[in-house]
Amino acid sequence: MSAITKLYGYKGWLALSIFSAAVLILVPLLNQATADSNPLHISDYTVSLMGKIMCYAIVAMAIDLIWGYAGILSLGHGLFFALGGYAMGMYLMRMIGTEGQYHSNLPDFMVFLDWKELPWYWTGTDHFWFAALLVVLVPGLLAFVFGYFAFRSRIKGVYFSIITQALTFAFMLLFFRNETGFGGNNGFTDFKRIIGFALADPATKTGLFMATGLFLVFALLTCRYIVTSKFGRVLAAIRDHESRLMFCGYNPLGYKLFVWTLSAILCGIAGALYVPQVGIINPGEMSPGNSIEIAIWAAVGGRGTLIGPLLGAAIVNGAKSWFTVAFPEYWLYFLGLLFVGVTLYMPAGVVGVVQQLKARFK
Amino acid sequence: MNTATVELQQGGDYTSAGGSRIIMPGEVDVSHGPILYLDSISVSFDGFKALNNLTLTIEVGELRCIIGPNGAGKTTMMDVITGKTRPDSGTAFLGQTIDLTLLNEPEIAHLGVGRKFQKPSVFENHTVFENLELAMKTDKRVWRSLFAKLNGEERARIEETLALIKLSDKVNLPAGLLAHGQKQWLEIGMLLMQEPKLLLLDEPVAGMTDFETERTAELLNGLAGKHSIVVVEHDMEFVGSIARTVTVLHEGSVLAEGTMDQVQNDERVIEVYLGR
Repeated sequence: MSAITKLYGYKGWLALSIFSAAVLILVPLLNQATADSNPLHISDYTVSLMGKIMCYAIVAMAIDLIWGYAGILSLGHGLFFALGGYAMGMYLMRMIGTEGQYHSNLPDFMVFLDWKELPWYWTGTDHFWFAALLVVLVPGLLAFVFGYFAFRSRIKGVYFSIITQALTFAFMLLFFRNETGFGGNNGFTDFKRIIGFALADPATKTGLFMATGLFLVFALLTCRYIVTSKFGRVLAAIRDHESRLMFCGYNPLGYKLFVWTLSAILCGIAGALYVPQVGIINPGEMSPGNSIEIAIWAAVGGRGTLIGPLLGAAIVNGAKSWFTVAFPEYWLYFLGLLFVGVTLYMPAGVVGVVQQLKARFK
Repeated sequence: MNTATVELQQGGDYTSAGGSRIIMPGEVDVSHGPILYLDSISVSFDGFKALNNLTLTIEVGELRCIIGPNGAGKTTMMDVITGKTRPDSGTAFLGQTIDLTLLNEPEIAHLGVGRKFQKPSVFENHTVFENLELAMKTDKRVWRSLFAKLNGEERARIEETLALIKLSDKVNLPAGLLAHGQKQWLEIGMLLMQEPKLLLLDEPVAGMTDFETERTAELLNGLAGKHSIVVVEHDMEFVGSIARTVTVLHEGSVLAEGTMDQVQNDERVIEVYLGR
């Protein structure tokens, strides 16, 4: 029907199948079954990097759901990502067991703080299923409660964005404190294993990479279902003309709350997949700058397209990993220029430029 | 306006707080008479009497035109019916059982009073079809929308409305690309999809070309009998082409009422309005 519903035709499905095949078969094969000397070999480093970027892509897609479709710009999505990461991190810390530096059952930082037992909120985190539950519930509940009050009070636009910035900043300060019980500014690191597999083992890394790829595909299909349903059309109507929609008899509160909470949960899961791959989580992930960067990914790729922010995350982070090696001191300038440039000359992002080019050569 | 929308946001239930006179909430009873009965309504703003003891009856299925010079109280009357303005005195009954003066905007909208404002407001990025789909009377809660599939009957209703508003060939066009007049029709169509008991149209042909005005007259003539419609309009030619009964408002009360001919030949009407 409209551009909103016609997201991709058979070409899109073909691309999705190729992507899935690459993630599930090609990359693992080239990484595991080829020798280091083989020109086609994909190094462990590259697999990790791609896994990391896919985590970012999930976050970018999640922000597109709320920003691109419902028109609500969150500048605090890094918080949900970090909370998911911390929940997974707690499990990974418990799995270190007595192999830490102090050979204690407690995580090292607790021994260092002279704590004698686990705080109550660490209860159960040695079970993977419980940690997985926390990964979903903590960001989800926080988003639900925060969203309920914000949307009920009809906070919109730039005010909402600023409050989300403040929220992630406040949590960063909280997590920086040693007394909070999450490792202070060092966060969690030195992980050893996940559900019995050694994290140092390349096969485990490849497994995590595949899991991330699978979840990315699942998240994309879920989001696609949502935005192409009537629900998605109501979201776009909220974005374009909320008061008119209310005259049609819709209460926007439930719609906003649903998509906002779902978006936060997707971020939390992305964070949980991210932490074992990079091996560290600290409060820096909650810094306001991180959340702004997430919005930049979506803007660069093209809002309201799902696939655009996915590409945006890959492009910006690909550029980042190259730039920070080649010209480390200029990366932030480049990022700033990129954002200004995209806002001025590519309001519809990379996807918009591709569509323009297509139209021109038709 | 503001308090009303906040109410809707909070999703409160739609029975009025002070609604002692609502005998059957949510049901419009028109079995024994008119759809709308305004009884000696007065509204004043800072001493200015916008409505002065206004009494007006709209029958079920009637197409009524309200005319009058600027400041005659036409828009204020609409505001009273839709709950935007509370009258100082008087009652406004929808059917026999519901006093609109005790209810707020979303409550009144839920009872089936649809109002079209002067400026067309449609969802510009959505197609014509999607605009009607969004407006259609149905369960509008989150889970229903997530799994909503149009059934044949609903699709037929949309097609029917499309034909009525003469936009059948524009189904998949984004509404933002429609001409001004077509947007107005689309909005009337959206109101119809909500299956209102009473339709209030505020200057529906303002800014339309002659051709569009003619088509609009056809459209409204087609709706008469099936829907109860109140049209407020300045364009006399247009009123002449649709009106069965015309009510002339002057200084907040009814000056004359009758067929177009009767009204046009009424001395007092000529004096205050037509003659000048």
